[in-house]
Amino acid sequence: MATGGASVVVSTAAPATAREERGSLETALRALRRDWLTMAATFFLMTVVFCAIFADQLVQIGLIRDPNTQSLALRNKAPGFMPDGTFRIFGTDQLGRDLLSRLVFGARVSLSVGISTVLVSGLIGVVLGLLAGYFRGRVDDIIMRIVDVQMGFPNLLLALAVLYAAGPSFKNLILVLALTRWMVMARLTRAMTLSLRETPFVEAAKVLGAGHPRIMFLHLLPNLLSPILVLGTLEFARAMLSEAALSFLGLGIQPPESSWGLILSQGRAYIASAWWLVMIPGLAILLSTLSANLLATWVRAITDPVQRWRWL
Amino acid sequence: MTAYLIRRLIHSVFVLIGVSLLVFFVGRMIGDPARLMLPLEASEAQVEALRARLGFDQPIYIQLFKFLGDLARGDFGMSIWQGVPAMSLVISRFPATVYLTLAVVGFSLLVALPMGIVAAVWPRSAIDRLTTVISVTGVSMPTFWLALMLIIVFAVNLNWFKTSGYGGVEYLILPVLALSVTHIGRIAQVVRSCMLDELSKPYITTARSKGLQENETVVRHALRNAAIPVITLTADEVAGLINGAVVIEVIFAWPGIGMLALDAIERRDFPVVQADVMLVAAVVVIMNLVVDLAYAYVDPRIRYA
Repeated sequence: MATGGASVVVSTAAPATAREERGSLETALRALRRDWLTMAATFFLMTVVFCAIFADQLVQIGLIRDPNTQSLALRNKAPGFMPDGTFRIFGTDQLGRDLLSRLVFGARVSLSVGISTVLVSGLIGVVLGLLAGYFRGRVDDIIMRIVDVQMGFPNLLLALAVLYAAGPSFKNLILVLALTRWMVMARLTRAMTLSLRETPFVEAAKVLGAGHPRIMFLHLLPNLLSPILVLGTLEFARAMLSEAALSFLGLGIQPPESSWGLILSQGRAYIASAWWLVMIPGLAILLSTLSANLLATWVRAITDPVQRWRWL
Repeated sequence: MTAYLIRRLIHSVFVLIGVSLLVFFVGRMIGDPARLMLPLEASEAQVEALRARLGFDQPIYIQLFKFLGDLARGDFGMSIWQGVPAMSLVISRFPATVYLTLAVVGFSLLVALPMGIVAAVWPRSAIDRLTTVISVTGVSMPTFWLALMLIIVFAVNLNWFKTSGYGGVEYLILPVLALSVTHIGRIAQVVRSCMLDELSKPYITTARSKGLQENETVVRHALRNAAIPVITLTADEVAGLINGAVVIEVIFAWPGIGMLALDAIERRDFPVVQADVMLVAAVVVIMNLVVDLAYAYVDPRIRYA
């Protein structure tokens, strides 16, 4: 099974004080200003998120058209000026709906699937990984065996079978995607917990009488956050790609709801005559996942002392 | 070495049993299998009859024992749709998937190995930057979209290759290109970072200082030691391709097990889905085993441990 492209560097540095934290945030922002590619990626993602959140308001103030208004006269019109004299930057689809508006509203679903999936799989993976790494022994054995089994399981097939039987819906899609990816989070969290639990500050907490849950969630977890955040961003991109692929196969988001993958899949029938219906939603997916991956690479470099010098 | 081999074998059997339990429970939990196998308009009596015929009316633990017993004897049931043994149907489609997988992995290695090595030998060169760009773009790429774009350009407009179908090179090139981008990016990235690690180690300095040619130093010394992570990743990619090429197989009408699985799911042919999943799981487990043995071959420290 392909397990995420990039490996996440494990940082075992001692917990930073509030002052150092602010200092590193400032350096991070300074580094961001010098790196135009990451700047562009951040800007793009922020624009997409902004449009997705305020899609209704954008329609109200007339910046974009209503995504559900159909027009027989304007079916499959290429980007540019329409026969009715209006200008549509991304053209129209097979029902004469404005493609830009459909993409803006589709972004809502695509982004929410990505974010929800990462939250659910992150919650499962981080908790199980913490338990395995902190208690070791039998708990570790059982959890890691489950991880092994699921790593050997054809996840896409599992997702397809479950979605087909349980019925494709927004909720099922997120559950299925999360259940096929929690192992990656669990592995990372376990590996980092294993090394971090041997550090003096954990011992100190123990001596001061902190209980297991307190050590795990208040002492260990905060120190694992940055690698988890990096992996979470990579996994967000991955979840968006999976959602698009499943919707493309007809087992993801169902009409009348819409996502980028579904818009692309609906445009496929017109691939020879209306290229923009396939090309533009695909570009939207590619640019979003690319931005997320670039951002993750950057956060990793910034939070890793070994690599940081290259960026400053 | 023998003890190691036996331990790995036991582990593999354990994983396979786990996968079959998962298949069983996923199959039973997500709904009444008899109902899933029959069309929506089937009557209650028909559902009951099928349930009795396939043993779904018995208690769950008896079903489980029967299921595991059947698996142990290699009986995966009959395909409901085609009326032939499910596993032989899956196996008949397997070569197409293997053919595509080997072509993709072969091509990816052919491009990614030299690319990663050059990027490591000349850091910050144009090739190095290109490697980074390709690897980030590769993991971000919606493969099915790339496939459609390739079809528009090379099959529809330029008419160089076939749009879809199964056969020789003219059918193979577009699916291989569509699938390779992701793999080239990942492999090149790992080759690069492992080679960078190795090239900065003292034994490379020794090799250079005793006057060894640079080519020989890089290829015979550094590359060999960077091989383990690259082998792991390649095996991962093969496993990922065997279970993940569904979308590409569907787009290019490539008659592999991915397309069969999707067909079977759509036709409610549950035995075929089960057989498909079990075959893929077995291949992944065997591959992990082979990779571990390959480690032992490449790294004597593991062999004699």
